[in-house]
Amino acid sequence: MAPYGEISRNGLWNNNPALVQLLGLCPLLAVTGTVVNAIGLGLATIGVLTCSNLAVSLVRRQMPDTVRLPASVMIIATFVTCAELLMKAFTYELYLVLGIFIPLIVTNCAILGRADAFASKNPVLPSLVDGFMMGLGFTAVLIVIGAVREILGQGTLFADMDLLLGPVAKDWAIPVLGGDYPGFLVAVLPPGAFLVAGLLIAAKNAIDAGIERRRSQQVKIVPGSKRVRVTGKIS
Amino acid sequence: MALMRASSPHARSGDSTSKVMLQVAAATIPGVLALVLYFGIGVLVNIALCTVTAVACEAAVMKLRNRPIGFYLKDYSAFVTALLLGIALPPYCAWWLPVVGTASAMVLAKHLYGGMGYNPFNPAMVGYVVLLISFPVDMTRWVGPAEIIAGAPSLGEAFGLIFGFGNYSVDGFTRATPLEIVRLNESVLLSQLYEMEPVLNKGAVAGFGWETANFGFLVGGLFLLFRRIITWHAPVAMLATLALMSLLFYDSGSSLSEGSPTLHLFSGATMLGAFFIITDPISGATSNRGRLIFGAGVGLLTYIIRAWGTYPDAVAFAVLLMNFAAPTIDNYTLPRTYGHKAARRATDLEER
Repeated sequence: MAPYGEISRNGLWNNNPALVQLLGLCPLLAVTGTVVNAIGLGLATIGVLTCSNLAVSLVRRQMPDTVRLPASVMIIATFVTCAELLMKAFTYELYLVLGIFIPLIVTNCAILGRADAFASKNPVLPSLVDGFMMGLGFTAVLIVIGAVREILGQGTLFADMDLLLGPVAKDWAIPVLGGDYPGFLVAVLPPGAFLVAGLLIAAKNAIDAGIERRRSQQVKIVPGSKRVRVTGKIS
Repeated sequence: MALMRASSPHARSGDSTSKVMLQVAAATIPGVLALVLYFGIGVLVNIALCTVTAVACEAAVMKLRNRPIGFYLKDYSAFVTALLLGIALPPYCAWWLPVVGTASAMVLAKHLYGGMGYNPFNPAMVGYVVLLISFPVDMTRWVGPAEIIAGAPSLGEAFGLIFGFGNYSVDGFTRATPLEIVRLNESVLLSQLYEMEPVLNKGAVAGFGWETANFGFLVGGLFLLFRRIITWHAPVAMLATLALMSLLFYDSGSSLSEGSPTLHLFSGATMLGAFFIITDPISGATSNRGRLIFGAGVGLLTYIIRAWGTYPDAVAFAVLLMNFAAPTIDNYTLPRTYGHKAARRATDLEER
């Protein structure tokens, strides 16, 4: 029984690709201007990461060590092409918005990193879970950054969700900061992405430090009473 | 705890950070007076809003970092940052511009990097650039000098414009700045342009109001030089480079001229930048040779962006770009220490 709980915790928090490994920063910074972009790219990344981990894990015994990386890249590229064609077919407007960043998922180090560090050394099912959880962790960070940048930059949340979900989501845009919000352009521009990502990393470290502090302050309660031994052999 | 220094007759100037900062603040008075005289009380409101925000941010961050609040507020560095940003902002802009700009300057540019003495970028200029790229429309609307727009906004109008009540529009008061006029001109000779534009023909060399404010900052800068708070290297290098570049591309005043040296020296933020911004001891170069290079770089970049960039003035961008370069400049301009042969590079020392 593989430690699925630990794999999940690693992907979502302890070893989060975006906040801890700092991998895949290019899409993280480039397409997180709005929530819908973040979700769109996040879903594509989850799909590619899960499938590539699965495939790499399946062929891990057949793959010679010397061509490990090129082979992994080929597998990833295949799934990225699939994701690109799927987005072209079902969410064409979003595909146009995300543009070059969908094919660029191939170069997302988080994906190659998981393929090489985990999937090529582990059985199929743990690799699948690892890919999914890493993708989910990455997507969660994308969405949080997208939300912060969208609120600060445009004053809305969930604008243009119909690009992803169809006409149902046409009216989902919430004008969080009122209709006449002037728009804080720096949040939409690349510096805003760096700032928000940096602040998120700081927040994660602060939370971890807080948890650590609380854990170290807790007094260990030993069940039952113990007598203090005053004579005899002291071990 | 007072550290006693017993041996060697160390010279003591008695200058503390707060004294230096207060003198810098005092040196801005002539320039600020000129700005108020020509552009009205909007300048003072900006400075006040910036100061309140800066002190609040400084206190809040110090509280978060468990540092003594009073001690750090007393060095007046937050006040000087706020003062410089307040001067740079367009008068009568909406109240949230100074607040957002100062908060970015203090929190993002200063304290996230470790606070006083650790910031690689000039906080006031970071605040200004954040605003300029975020709100380009609001940030490039300068009111005209009072005599040209038939009186500066009255007190009521001023507060209406700044705090957004009443039905005032700043558009009624704004005029193109001299730098914008010359930059956008492509059809007439500069001499004709100077006759056509009231801002230019009422002034002596570089635009009515603007030249006086720049002269005020020049006087303040000379005071700082006299008090030995700054050295001459960076300002002289910046002004000389700017003058040289504008002389090269002056084009004898044709319609495509980028403006005369006097226009570039005495308009926009030139003098404020030369004496108050690039002389910042924290984010600038450290050695005198380094300051020469740093100042020349700022002058060069300022001219390039003014002449061929998309923004009307460029001191803030030029300063930030050179702030990036300052550590490298310092590395290559390490002064020769007494008893050693040639000047070394700091990186050589670390490798040993």
